[in-house]
Amino acid sequence: MFVTYLRRELAGRRKQTAIVAIGMALAIALVIIVNAVSSGVQLAQSTVLASVYGVGTDITVSETPTAPTEGEAGAGGPQNFDFGADDGATTDGTTTVSQSRLSVDRGTTAFDATALDTVSGIDNVSAAAATLSLSNTTFDGALPDFSETGGMPTGGDAAAGGTPPSGGPDGAGGSSFSVDSFSVLGLDPADEAVGPLSTVSLTDGRSLESSDAGSNVAVLDASYATTAELVVGDTVAIAGTDFTVVGLVTASSADAATASNVYIPLDVAQSLSGLTDQVTDIYVQATSSTDIEQIQADVETALPDATVQTQSDLASSVSGSLSSASDLVKNLGLWLSLIVLAAAFLIAILFTISGVTRRTREFGTLKAIGWSNGRIVRQVAGESLVQGLIGGVVGIAVGLAGILVINLVAPTLTAGAATTDTAGPMGMPGGGGGFGQAAVEAATSDIVLQVPVTLSVILIAVGLSVLGGLLAGAIGGWRASRLSPSEALRSIA
Amino acid sequence: MYELTDVTKKYDQGKHSVTALNKVTLSIPDGQMVAIQGPTGGGKSTLLQMLGALDRPTDGTVQLGTSDLSKLGQGPLGEIRAREIGFVFQGFNLIPTLTAQENVETALAPLGVPSAERTARAAAALESVGLGERGSHLPAELSGGQQQRVAIARALVKEPAVLLADEPTGNLDEQTRDEIMDLLEGLWRDRGLTLIVVTHDSAVAKRAQRRLLIKQGVVKEIS
Repeated sequence: MFVTYLRRELAGRRKQTAIVAIGMALAIALVIIVNAVSSGVQLAQSTVLASVYGVGTDITVSETPTAPTEGEAGAGGPQNFDFGADDGATTDGTTTVSQSRLSVDRGTTAFDATALDTVSGIDNVSAAAATLSLSNTTFDGALPDFSETGGMPTGGDAAAGGTPPSGGPDGAGGSSFSVDSFSVLGLDPADEAVGPLSTVSLTDGRSLESSDAGSNVAVLDASYATTAELVVGDTVAIAGTDFTVVGLVTASSADAATASNVYIPLDVAQSLSGLTDQVTDIYVQATSSTDIEQIQADVETALPDATVQTQSDLASSVSGSLSSASDLVKNLGLWLSLIVLAAAFLIAILFTISGVTRRTREFGTLKAIGWSNGRIVRQVAGESLVQGLIGGVVGIAVGLAGILVINLVAPTLTAGAATTDTAGPMGMPGGGGGFGQAAVEAATSDIVLQVPVTLSVILIAVGLSVLGGLLAGAIGGWRASRLSPSEALRSIA
Repeated sequence: MYELTDVTKKYDQGKHSVTALNKVTLSIPDGQMVAIQGPTGGGKSTLLQMLGALDRPTDGTVQLGTSDLSKLGQGPLGEIRAREIGFVFQGFNLIPTLTAQENVETALAPLGVPSAERTARAAAALESVGLGERGSHLPAELSGGQQQRVAIARALVKEPAVLLADEPTGNLDEQTRDEIMDLLEGLWRDRGLTLIVVTHDSAVAKRAQRRLLIKQGVVKEIS
């Protein structure tokens, strides 16, 4: 009887059913679209962040830079090249000097590598990798042999009877200097799940392997290799030591904070830079996204001097139209959804109450022939619930259609993420820096917004339609249950 | 059997109180056909509501069989209405969205009758009022007389002990009125019902074994 009555009522009162269902459908569709777009924007943000900070990296740990003390190796201070009187080689009156240094990027601070063990030992950390972000700077100079000229050129006037300058690269006492710099990232080849290696793809040769630890082998960024005219099998000099190029890789984004010109084994980098057992960044992957805040707090407790940043901290660094879309979804979309949802619920409730009022005689009659309050309440609630569900189904269909349209239109959003950049003379992006590094450049990229359809969105829609139906049904049913059969019948007599 | 003792019913209307029934004492034996007549506002419908367990008196007792209707809560009163009392209303009071068959079935729903049995009993009830072929029709597709027949079938399908009819022919023409009264009278005789009919129509009242006049809340026998 329940089903028959319900079916007949909904079919017999199509107008009311349609109005309630349409109201609910609009609200549900809007909620679905706003929710899905929000997910899409978050995905876009994640894409931007992943390309910058590494796939799977939930947390980065670095140390806030401090003013370097004299002679401190790991402080990333200014670099000096000191030459003694006997340095260099002299040929044809020209002395050439060359010196190469491998040191921490300016703005980056190295810290004890035992921090990696500390972080790895924290609950719910599934993976952690440490890197040493360095910069290799080579100074080359050619200058006149001062021993031949008897001292520094005085700038004397030849016309006044002085000896004209000689030697040097131009043969006239001149000098020539060049400074070449490229970024070097020391990493543990075994850590591929998280950190820098997760952001690169191999284009030639091979990647670094666990067996490369302690070996002078390097993997180059493909773009850097092109400009430096290096290929697999060549050698590249780092801090005066030759490294065999074993592979070329391409970073997922040239703007990636983890991107580097050269990648070498961590232990070799530490040894060459004099930063034994030192690292500059630790990349952490959490077991679950729900653990990230707890891990962040634990790391901050365990490493009080560390700067610990999560992906959510980073989201605020995303700018551009993607950021505007995010704000729009968070603000206007959310409130619009809530308002429409509230309006839909209100419409459903008012129509249900109106329906109960209109059906006073009907319910009075049913009570007179013995229907209990519970049976009548169930009937009214059931009708409202089905109206809500019809609205929910239509709303899901409309919402999915809306998502399809958005995905077909595929709007392009501009996104920027603040990154550190230690671009060398060749214009290559330098590595270095975790989330906590000082942002010096906002790299931009275009992201095509793709709105995902998730089960949770559908479940939310169904849940809301059920809630709306039950709410209207409960209120309508309560009103119907309060009808006295005698008064209900008298009121229509 | 009904036993009403000093039944008083008052309605509050703002600052005033209206007495619809004033110390009514009445006995109606099982199987009797009673007609209740009286002017509008005299208390006919109120008395019918007391007899039908739709309302409780302000004072006095209403005994139906072993049940004191004046002391029962809404739940037990509803069960008594569901099992023992059938109603026929002047305005038919059919559910407009349900078919004739389904309208009759609504009377069996609170009794927990299984679906198949419900269908069969409702069809038989419609057959008994001459509407066996009209079960699939909506009320709007039936004439007034047919709608009242459906209402009678709904009242009788649960085989009640008492049938209360409130102006059952009030909305019908003379010929249909007679047909309906013939039907009610026939069912009363066949089933041994207690049939209580509230009516303005003397022609209808004259068919009853016993006639009561209610005026200003006081009941008198009409000889």
